[in-house]
Formats: sequence, C-alpha cells, structure tokens
Amino acid sequence: MASNKDNPSLLGGKLSVINVGLDKFATELTEHDVPVVHLDWRPPAGGDPELAALLSKMGT
Amino acid sequence: MDIIEKANEEAIRRMLNAESVLIDVVPAGDIVPDLRDKMILHAGPPIEWDRMCGPMQGAIAGITVFEGWAGDLEQAVTMAASGGITFDANHHHDAVGPMTGMTTVSQPMLVVENKTTGNKSYCAINEGLGKVMRFGGNDAEVLDRLAWIRDVLGPAMGKALRDMGGIELKPLIARGLSMGDEMHQRNVACSGLVLRAIAAAMAQTSDDATALSEALAFISANDQFHLNIAMAMGKAIMDPVRNIEGSSIVTAMSRNGTDFGIRVSGTGDEWFTAPVEMPEGLYFAGYTEADANPDMGDSTIVETIGLGGFAMGAAPAVAGFVGAGAASEAANYTHRMSEICAAENPEWTIPSMDYLGVPTGIDVRLVVDSGIAPTINTGIAHREPGIGQVGAGVVRAPMACFEQAVRCLAEKLGIS
Repeated sequence: MASNKDNPSLLGGKLSVINVGLDKFATELTEHDVPVVHLDWRPPAGGDPELAALLSKMGT
Repeated sequence: MDIIEKANEEAIRRMLNAESVLIDVVPAGDIVPDLRDKMILHAGPPIEWDRMCGPMQGAIAGITVFEGWAGDLEQAVTMAASGGITFDANHHHDAVGPMTGMTTVSQPMLVVENKTTGNKSYCAINEGLGKVMRFGGNDAEVLDRLAWIRDVLGPAMGKALRDMGGIELKPLIARGLSMGDEMHQRNVACSGLVLRAIAAAMAQTSDDATALSEALAFISANDQFHLNIAMAMGKAIMDPVRNIEGSSIVTAMSRNGTDFGIRVSGTGDEWFTAPVEMPEGLYFAGYTEADANPDMGDSTIVETIGLGGFAMGAAPAVAGFVGAGAASEAANYTHRMSEICAAENPEWTIPSMDYLGVPTGIDVRLVVDSGIAPTINTGIAHREPGIGQVGAGVVRAPMACFEQAVRCLAEKLGIS
C-alpha cells in the first residue's frame, strides 16, 4: 500500500478535487475554499439491477 | 434497439411537424366528444370522488352550482358524493384543463387544430390569478366571472377568431421564448402577443363597445391568459404521437392532486401513476407550505412538448418567481431536461443559450436510466376547497411512473 511517504504532495500541497456522486462532499470542500469539480453521477436506474438490465437491452 | 429508435424518430417527426392554430372558441357541449349533462371532466388521470383532494372537490361543487345541477355548494357535494355526477379525465376527451381542470357542457373552450394531422384539442379560457375555480375557488365572485366568460368573452373571441382565420401558434411560441416566456408560469409575452393578434378582429366583429372594452381589459390584465392556449396546443401536438409501436416517448404528463400520471406512445393509452409530489416554491403573503395542496393539473402537457420547466433557460425571471434559485440557474434546468429528451426543437430556440432548441420528446428510458425526473413549473393551490392559489413553485414528476412505463414497454417488445 502506498503511504504518504510515497506521495508526499497529496496532503501537503494544494488539493485539486474531482467529486463524483453525492454533491455534499463537493459542497463541504467548497466551503473550505478547496477547488472542486463536481460530476453529477448516480448509478443507472437508481441502482435497480433488473431495471438497469432491461434498459440495457432497450438501447440506453 | 432499432425498433425503439425508429419509433422515436417518427414520434419526434410528428411533434416537430405539428402546425397548431387557435381557430375558435366554442361551448364544450357542442364540441368535446361524449361530454353530456351532469358530467365533469377533470385534470389528471381518472379518479373517484372519495380520493379527490380538497380543491378538486371544491371546484366540482362550484361548477355543479354554475351549471345549475345543484342549488348550492352543500347540495352539490351531496350530489357528487352520491354518484349523481359522472367524472372522467379531460385527456380522454381531446381536452386539457389547468389545475382542477373543470370542463362542463356550457363552458367556452379554446379550440386548437393541428393542421398537419387535422385533430383538434380543447381547453377552457384562463380565469386570471388568485381566487379562481381552477385553484378550487367556488364563491359567487368566481361563478360570476365564469358566467361572464361564458356569455361575453368566449363568444367574442370565437367570432373574432373565425373572422380572422385563427392565430398560428408555432411562430407565436418562438417569439415568446425570445421575449422571456417559458409558457407555464410565465406567459407575459405570449399573452401580449395574443392580444395584439386578436384585438383588431374583436373590434371588427363587436357591436357592443362596453363588452369589447371589458373583454380586451380582461385579456390585457391577465399575464397567464396564454397558458390555456399553450395547453390546448400541447394536447393537439401530442395526441397524434400516441400509439406508435415501440416508442418510448411520453405523450402526456398530468396530475389530479392525488396521483401523477403519464402516458407513453408505445404503451397505448394506459396511465402509469404514482402519488403526486409537493411543489417546492414561494408563497403569497400570509400563506406557507402548510397551506399547500400537492401538485395538480393537466398543464404539464406544456412540459411534455418541451416548454415550462424544460424551457426555464428562456425565462430567468421565472426562476425567482417559482423559487428555483438565481436567474443564472435557469439554464441548468434546461440543460438537465436535455439529458432526458430525444431531440431539440430547431424552431423553438432560446437566444440566451446560443439558440439551443428546447428539449423535445421525453424518453422514459433516459429518465429511468439517468434518474433525472422531468421538472415542472407550477402554481400552488390551497389544500382546502374554496380558497384558491397561494403560491408558485417547482415539482418533479415521480420516478415510479417512468419505471412502470419502462417495464410495460419492455414487456410489449418481448424484452425480459
């Protein structure tokens, strides 16, 4: 496993963040002046595997 | 899937080729199919008396008195509750109605013809804001206004429209979008454009200067006058899109204050329903969320054709009015709706979004896959009968309706 020693700049320098999914994490970081690009993503069909499979066969 | 893609191409072709014209105003009993005495058409999917919300029951009591079927509101309620009145959905009779959506025999109906396909659709005339029947108002002031619309305004508009050969709506909508309307909660520009188009013909065909003056003043004082015209147009555009085998395009979204319902082209005229949601919005002075009735009305036919919440980017001013955030947020609503639609409308564009065409053709597959529900701009009625409008807001269509539609379409196509 990599440690902070392997990547000393991760928490020591300025963070650049891409947040995927829940926007609360992006909001929190923004409130602490951390620049964030938020990607609004959620699992296909709300995470319902049966619906997702149907949709896949229906061409989405 | 090829069959779905081809069916949706046909659905979009029919939507974009529709040429809608406001041609007449006619008493509902003369023109709405199968409408008869002691029958009330209401907004939304079908619903029985016991499940109707307060404003819907209030409007039914009011219109029953208005039609002379009962002597007072109490008698009217007894009559309605005991099966003395037949109820059905506007959508089953080529019609639509805002909020409670009352349609009865004597009411004057706006007639919009889709010249491309020849079908006609109907909607009652907008009564104005505040205490009105569509929001559940039912006192003497409300009924007197309806009588004036029936006896003076409706006939005057019908005469003028026949004389002038109607008003073409596709170019009027295009112009309204460029003037800041989204045609659901903001119709200021389009109402003005309708008045400009019809005023001369109303003057030409009137022999009563006082009645003419009152009619023109009523239209000019009502910023939402055009909403009901847009609704009849929406119905005229979407009805020919029904029943295309394999199509996943939504042909109607509608709510009765209890249930939200959608119909989808490839699944025939079946309603897919789920409990209706509460709008989030802003309230008139003296009212709060505790006073609000859940979402209601056939007016979501406007979103079904790509206007209203889908065209929010054209109307930054309305974002504040409906509590949807800053004016700069308006474009985001339209971008999000683009993700669940099959096409853009090249003739209805939004100048401030680099002439982006309004999102057109809601695809139930995209709604369920993305988890993005259609956004609707709406008025908010008081939950008790007889009070009227208390605010305006934004509401989302329930995802369960779209999930049911996807499953039904899959079954029809033999997909499991």
